[in-house]
Amino acid sequence: MMQHSTTSRSGAEILLQALKDQGVEVVFGYPGGAVLPIYDAIFNQNAIRHILVRHEQAAVHAAEGYARSTGKVGVVLVTSGPGATNAVTGLVDALMDSIPLVCLTGQVPTHLIGNDAFQEADTTGITRQATKHNYLVKRSEDLARVVHEAFAIAAGGRPGPVVIDLPKDILIAPAPYNPPSEDLHRSYRPRLDPDPAQIRKAVALLKAAKRPVVYSGGGVINAGPEATVALRELVRLMRAPCTSTLMGLGAYPASDPQFLGMLGMHGTVEANLVMHGCDVMLNVGARFDDRVTGRLNAFAPHAKKIHCDIDPSSINKNVAVDVPVVGDAGRILRAMIAAWKEDSQEQDRAAITAWWRQIDQWREGDCLSYDQDMSPDAVIKPQHAIRRLHAACAGRNTFISTEVGQHQMWAAQHFGFEEPNHWMTSGGLGTMGYGLPAAMGVQVAYPDALCIDIAGEASILMNIQEMATLAQYRLPVKVFILNNQYMGMVRQWQELLHGGRYSESYSEALPDFVKLAEAFHGTGLRATKLGELDDVIARMLATDGPVIADICVDEKENCYPMIPSGAAHNEMILGPGGEARAAGLTDAGLMLV
Amino acid sequence: MEPSAIQSATISVLVENEAGVLARVIGLFSGRGYNIDSLTVAPVDDDRGRSRINVVTSGTEMVIAQIKAQLDRLVPVYKVADLTREGPHIARELALIKVISTGEERSESLRIAEAFRARVIDATVGSFVFEMTGGTDKIDAFLALMRPLGLAEVSRSGVAAISRGTNIL
Ligand SMILES: Cc1ncc(C[n+]2csc(CCOP(=O)(O)OP(=O)(O)O)c2C)c(N)n1
Ligand SMILES: [Mg+2]
Repeated sequence: MMQHSTTSRSGAEILLQALKDQGVEVVFGYPGGAVLPIYDAIFNQNAIRHILVRHEQAAVHAAEGYARSTGKVGVVLVTSGPGATNAVTGLVDALMDSIPLVCLTGQVPTHLIGNDAFQEADTTGITRQATKHNYLVKRSEDLARVVHEAFAIAAGGRPGPVVIDLPKDILIAPAPYNPPSEDLHRSYRPRLDPDPAQIRKAVALLKAAKRPVVYSGGGVINAGPEATVALRELVRLMRAPCTSTLMGLGAYPASDPQFLGMLGMHGTVEANLVMHGCDVMLNVGARFDDRVTGRLNAFAPHAKKIHCDIDPSSINKNVAVDVPVVGDAGRILRAMIAAWKEDSQEQDRAAITAWWRQIDQWREGDCLSYDQDMSPDAVIKPQHAIRRLHAACAGRNTFISTEVGQHQMWAAQHFGFEEPNHWMTSGGLGTMGYGLPAAMGVQVAYPDALCIDIAGEASILMNIQEMATLAQYRLPVKVFILNNQYMGMVRQWQELLHGGRYSESYSEALPDFVKLAEAFHGTGLRATKLGELDDVIARMLATDGPVIADICVDEKENCYPMIPSGAAHNEMILGPGGEARAAGLTDAGLMLV
Repeated sequence: MEPSAIQSATISVLVENEAGVLARVIGLFSGRGYNIDSLTVAPVDDDRGRSRINVVTSGTEMVIAQIKAQLDRLVPVYKVADLTREGPHIARELALIKVISTGEERSESLRIAEAFRARVIDATVGSFVFEMTGGTDKIDAFLALMRPLGLAEVSRSGVAAISRGTNIL
């Protein structure tokens, strides 16, 4: 039956009604001509809060931070043309990391579409490959349905960003309203419940394993807190070592003895050797990314592989697996726990004990160790700065975001994450400029929490304008810059792979970050030597408003261990002096990114 | 067959007939570096609510499985079938072929057309337009024979395909 609205409301008002009915509390946006009717409707209501960012890319990253920390869909509102194109990097970022977003873009009125009108861009065309799905609303009667559908698609199955392009005349003309219904898009039916036969096969393999490993990824976090609980239970039942991708950190507690740390290019030796040496691998919610597998023909050569993913296209994409399981990570894990308990087969306890003996031996190498001279005048090692920050945050509800580079990897290695949804980093796209707006989005969701962006001095400049947003909304985000005066990760590759020719990787003419913080109405702090580090951290944490802490660290420190592109898990470079082992690298490896 | 051998696949995709759906499918192929050897699309429901896209593609077995999975995760896609691998199927194309020639070449082209069951649907003193349906191979063979006989222009529909027997998409 057609639903007729009793009063005639504009498209913009209908849009806000739909957002409200979807439970939206906050929108990150930036106005412009095409979306003025929406801003008018926002002006007339209090249910939905609007956070005015300073660049549309930041609006998307803020919504990502909000979504990743709350598990809700993040909402973005930008104008047509440049507003939409500025948002594209954020959309691709969310697509790569499977973050649920709805991005509302303004569009020129329908009769002008295709005429190269002022601030017209083919937004659905530009964002088609940058989104999970997108819409151009051409009829008022489609508006409410499209909004509800967009939320269901963004959050359903493997989450992702959805764009709704809204021509200005559609926002102005009266539109009918229908409330949300259970109906998803007609053709979109992601599979959530796993096939029981596959679960039994997987559990039979796991029970018989002598050298098992659980490798978990962002899919477990996306599947919600119950999935994390189930992961922990299964890993303990299995007595297996557990490692995590960059995206999955926090799902299994870092301090737990069964946790081996992150795996992959900058993963721990023990995690990578366990992956290399295991006989049964259980991958839950990770996608065998090239940063994780290293050289494919040498990846886990002796392992039977079980791959659990909600997206069937992730399975057998990079790595051929023995037992694929399609479904929601939480449901799969719970089904596996039940099947494990039912299955009467005994584990080979002696083999598992021997496996742990081997792992403990690998752990003794202490691959994340670094040489910090402890005298007060000593140069600060970046790893040490993160360890001290971690220690100082103990007991507080702490959310960490990062930019992209060495500091990001050091944060992943040295800041132990105990809980899911507390770690926001740009994994798939590796977007410099992600961390500050992401932290801002988290802080909007959790005003009383401690939100810290661990940054590099180069990355932070890519969205530094958001300091103004922090000031406007009194969001007390802390920016902790590991200032090595280099695009450190670029410099590291140039050192190891390009003969030390540091082409364009020195951060010339850096701003004075203390003054910069002050110019944005925040507090600026600086530590130039070890003796100042703890004090700066303490002052940063004690300050109410936004802070930039400029931590001047060793310029030449490299991030280890490192599996160079094209190398295998057992071909890691462990530290300075280990460069020789990179000499065996092939041209094919050099071509990889 | 070798897992690394390049094979051909005829894939049928049933999609919601919404704006941009063809661009989405084509963008998937170009963005991920898959081949499109032929592509057809038309609505197949009474109310034009759903369309069928037939794609002929090629790749290793893993790539073809990936293409299927990638198509299947597009929001407006209802169903994907790899007709080449999921039992016997029939594939047909329609071609309109213009041959411009005179004398012996002209009569030879007509004789061959008869042998191939191609119909003459337009004729002038100097030209024929033949209409022909059949598998891609048959049309290719006919075109090869016409080439020395004045073949001037070709318009092909691309492949429409369907499984044999009671199986449906
Ligand atoms: C938008 C963007 N441009 C370029 C890159 C390539 N890139 C990766 S890390 C990096 C250097 C980052 O430098 P900094 O923020 O100082 O971090 P550090 O590695 O020194 O810790 C660059 C340029 C990127 N990841 N993102
Ligand atoms: Mg740097």
